[in-house]
Amino acid sequence: MSRLKGDEEDYWHASKCKAFTFEDEDEDGLYQLKESKRAVNSIKAIVEDDDDEEWEKFTWSGEPVGSISWSIRETSSSRGPESRNFAPDKSRPDTSSSSYSFPRPASFSSLFRGRSKPDNFQSLSDALLDTNSKYIAPELRKPKSEYQDYSGDWSIEESVRRMQRGKMCSMERFRSLKDKMMLLDEAVRLHDGNVITAVLIFLKKTLRSDILFRELKIRQVALRHFIHFLKETTDQQLLLQLLRFLEWTEELALCKYREHLDIPGADERRDFLKNKCLSLPFSPEDATHVQDHYTLLERQIIIETNDKHLEASGQELFRKHPRKASLLFMPLVTTLFYCCIYHYTEGEGMFSSPTNLRKTFKIPEKLYVLTALAARAKLRSWVDVDALFTTKNWLGYTKKKAPVGFHRVVEILHKNGAPAQILQDYIRLVEDADMRISLATKYKCHDVVIDTYRDLKDRQQLMVYRCKVDRGSPEEEKIDNILSNMQIRWKN
Amino acid sequence: MASDRLDAPALPDFTILKRLARDQLIYLLEQLPGKKDLFIEPELMSPLDRIANVSILKQHDIDKLYKLENKPIYSNSEQLCFLIRPRVKHVKHIANLVNADKKAGLSKKYKIIFSPQKFYACDMILEEEGVFGDVTSDEWPFYLLPLDDDIISMELPEFYRDYFLEGEQRWIGTVARSLNLLNTIFGPMSKVYGIGRCAKMTYEMWKELLEDEEVVQKERKPDLGLVFMIDRDVDYITPMCSQVVYEGLVDDIFRIKCGSVEFGPEVTSSDRSVKILLNSQDKVFGEIRNEHFSNVFSFLSQKARNLQSQYDKRRGMDIKQMKTFVSQELKGLKQEHRMLSLHIGACESIMKKKTKQDFQELLKTEHSLLEGFDIRECINLIEEHINRQVSPIESLRLLCLLSLTENGLIAKDYRSLKTQYLQSYGSEHLLTFSNLKRAGLLTEQTPTEALTAVESRVGKLVTDKAVGKLTDAFSSLAKKSHFRGISKKLGLIPRVDGDYDLKTPRDMAYVFSGAYIPLSCKIMEHVLVRKSWAGLEEVMRLLNNIEFSEQLTERNSFQDSYRTIVVVFLGGCTFSEISALRFLGKEIGYRFVFLTTAITNSARILESMTETKS
Repeated sequence: MSRLKGDEEDYWHASKCKAFTFEDEDEDGLYQLKESKRAVNSIKAIVEDDDDEEWEKFTWSGEPVGSISWSIRETSSSRGPESRNFAPDKSRPDTSSSSYSFPRPASFSSLFRGRSKPDNFQSLSDALLDTNSKYIAPELRKPKSEYQDYSGDWSIEESVRRMQRGKMCSMERFRSLKDKMMLLDEAVRLHDGNVITAVLIFLKKTLRSDILFRELKIRQVALRHFIHFLKETTDQQLLLQLLRFLEWTEELALCKYREHLDIPGADERRDFLKNKCLSLPFSPEDATHVQDHYTLLERQIIIETNDKHLEASGQELFRKHPRKASLLFMPLVTTLFYCCIYHYTEGEGMFSSPTNLRKTFKIPEKLYVLTALAARAKLRSWVDVDALFTTKNWLGYTKKKAPVGFHRVVEILHKNGAPAQILQDYIRLVEDADMRISLATKYKCHDVVIDTYRDLKDRQQLMVYRCKVDRGSPEEEKIDNILSNMQIRWKN
Repeated sequence: MASDRLDAPALPDFTILKRLARDQLIYLLEQLPGKKDLFIEPELMSPLDRIANVSILKQHDIDKLYKLENKPIYSNSEQLCFLIRPRVKHVKHIANLVNADKKAGLSKKYKIIFSPQKFYACDMILEEEGVFGDVTSDEWPFYLLPLDDDIISMELPEFYRDYFLEGEQRWIGTVARSLNLLNTIFGPMSKVYGIGRCAKMTYEMWKELLEDEEVVQKERKPDLGLVFMIDRDVDYITPMCSQVVYEGLVDDIFRIKCGSVEFGPEVTSSDRSVKILLNSQDKVFGEIRNEHFSNVFSFLSQKARNLQSQYDKRRGMDIKQMKTFVSQELKGLKQEHRMLSLHIGACESIMKKKTKQDFQELLKTEHSLLEGFDIRECINLIEEHINRQVSPIESLRLLCLLSLTENGLIAKDYRSLKTQYLQSYGSEHLLTFSNLKRAGLLTEQTPTEALTAVESRVGKLVTDKAVGKLTDAFSSLAKKSHFRGISKKLGLIPRVDGDYDLKTPRDMAYVFSGAYIPLSCKIMEHVLVRKSWAGLEEVMRLLNNIEFSEQLTERNSFQDSYRTIVVVFLGGCTFSEISALRFLGKEIGYRFVFLTTAITNSARILESMTETKS
């Protein structure tokens, strides 16, 4: 991707989908922004004299800006514990603390901030005056006729229609199963979910559940509504009964499993998973996931208890790197990362040992190495990092191997502030020469760049690079040595 | 196209909708004489804020305002008024409060105002809890909130999950009534096009409402001519792509809520957050909102220079000129200056965030998926995202895009990616995957035989003559998206010789850097230009033949109104789609008005698919 500095306009036209780049923030894109910002800031001087409240009372068409949500958030935080002893005392004068009474009729925000503002209040009559010819009066009062025909004997069709219009309508008259189902079918025919639910509520009250289930089984739209109704009213028992009747085994299992989200305690949740979930009719694949879920939580509880002790007793590792949060309910990868930080060297027999986790949950090598790398690099434990990638072949030679590509390893090391030497060693392991050069340039590992150009026998690039290193530096000297080496057969 | 270019007609003024809603609320409050405390549910606060202010509430005897949360309330008022969405959860909570008061021997008056309407399930809860009668209720039909000159939102984000996941149709009537309201004020609209089951049902319900109205409409010039309704699940691809037009990016990164955004300290370069409205009233924003992000910098720097020179004018002014300058221009300049510095700050912050997450690589992957190249490489990248625990929603978004473009994941990939996802983000996402499968967002390829078996089994189950078609839940199982075929037929991936010019784009693909034309918008273009579904037979077959078109009124003599089109997105619409259609409108001389159940994006869709504790 070649860039023409100082000619951004052309650059943005330049290439199809690549025209838009977020890389190199200190270059072209941001340059323009920074320019603009400088220009704008220079203007500030003459604007600054304003009162700085101006931001909030900034209005378009006279409406207060985003105030209700903002203000109520304010209230709840300012109210705090005070609200608890807010006695029902009407005579109590509203002082600054009662930020939820109306100081002055301005905007919602001023109300809650307790800061008074000049009234920019537009009265209702003003609002009504500027109505235009198209003004449509809201349907304020229902016509009398609607109250008169309250208790008529409506047919099925009429009943459903009345309900659709939100009018009162009793369904008690429909007692035969046939009538009831015609009522339901008519509601479904009109597509109105609200009315479908209304009929279902009536059916639930007046039919034995297995009869209702049987009828719903052949009415999918109504069935969906019923299931959603049960979910919404948290009638878990009837819902499970229905799913069992329908033989929707997987839905049944997931529905039961879902309950764990509402159990806040770790021990209770673990027991629920163990006793109520493991035997549910999940698909074979999901059964494994649920088993893993249980096993993981069980481990986390053990590790958490143990580590709390260690932390309290002031163990060095925990003192140096204090735990930020509890391990409970964390995902597997987070747990692995945690154990790679605090329990890296433990033997496989321990629940908290990373090796044990890896085996128990069949963590793929790539994922394991990435996670361990991030953890050990964070602790700046370069020996462990090295060991992660070192393999011995059968002859006893050691070799560096990474399941993810060394460019990714370099990136992670850099993010964790690895020293130049370490970074350099790993950049050398990047196989692709171009990528190696670009990484080495990015992280200023001159030696690697120089050596790579030498190996590529690319004299021109080497000369170009010579201009980039500091005058009189060892790097320059090294380049000069190489360039004057007569034995190299340069390709250019 | 350019030769017979027409100017787009002017937009009608939708602020009347705000006034209507406000008057309705006032009427309801007046029904409750005397001082009262008002409890508002959090999600209604921003919409309420857009149409009313505190003085209006105070005029109608609201004493104190509270946010309705799931905890005890402390109010010493004799009258309590609750303003809520019709949710069982809220009603249960209120019933508990009432029962607690009763137990304590307190007698108060309670009123629930449901917005936009009440559901029968809510009444049932009141009855069951024994507070029916103690609590009275009303409906505030606040259906439509104009967010901008051309965007009207119903602010019902739950529409998406309710219908597209649960198969719950209770909001369909709400949309039908909204359309009817629009039609009464700005109609009569003459023709409706639609695609999707929900669109069809909405239309049928609306038609009933139209037939009920016996009022003979006089021949008047309608402000709105056509309606185009589309279900969100007709095009899931578009909302799953990273947005790169300015407004979309701002939404993806800062979350625009009810037309306003909160910029944190990293944008304002102060210790405070600033909340502003984002709409066409903001001139700076008005000019950059639809631009590809790469054009925004040069625009902003140009703007900064202009502003500078306008300020510079005051040099060398005499007193009188200075006076005029201060009284006439300065205020406008100051506002512009503020907006400019905020948008520059926002751009900087966007750049920083996007650089950090390797946005370039991400976009490349998305483009590959859309074009169907290097799928293996894309899968590897997604895997790496998951392994590195990059945000759970981002990983899920890529997985869905992969599934949608590839017609589902092959079984082996599905299992392996799902396992890794659960390992990285938590086993409970088992439930998320199940939901995604049901909604058709992330599926496993089924061998053909198995699919036929499922279809025939479903076929046996569905003997419901009243419906006469498969339900959404089951059809999604059998649904083949066939994105590649559709994309080829409609030319969604522009073939460009050389570079795609993002500055003066030639088609709607610019909203995705020239890589892809939003499917939803392309279908609309096709139908509007040809004035029918003709020529789309093959595409419609791949989309399960769920399109329709109906004439609503006799052809009228106001040809002009045909060019103002209400686009109804059932289940949400993204800013990228809005930008794309605004662009199309300019090209073909049409004016689009967006009516959406909510503004959406990938994160909102996917978050609504996760299960949380009840």
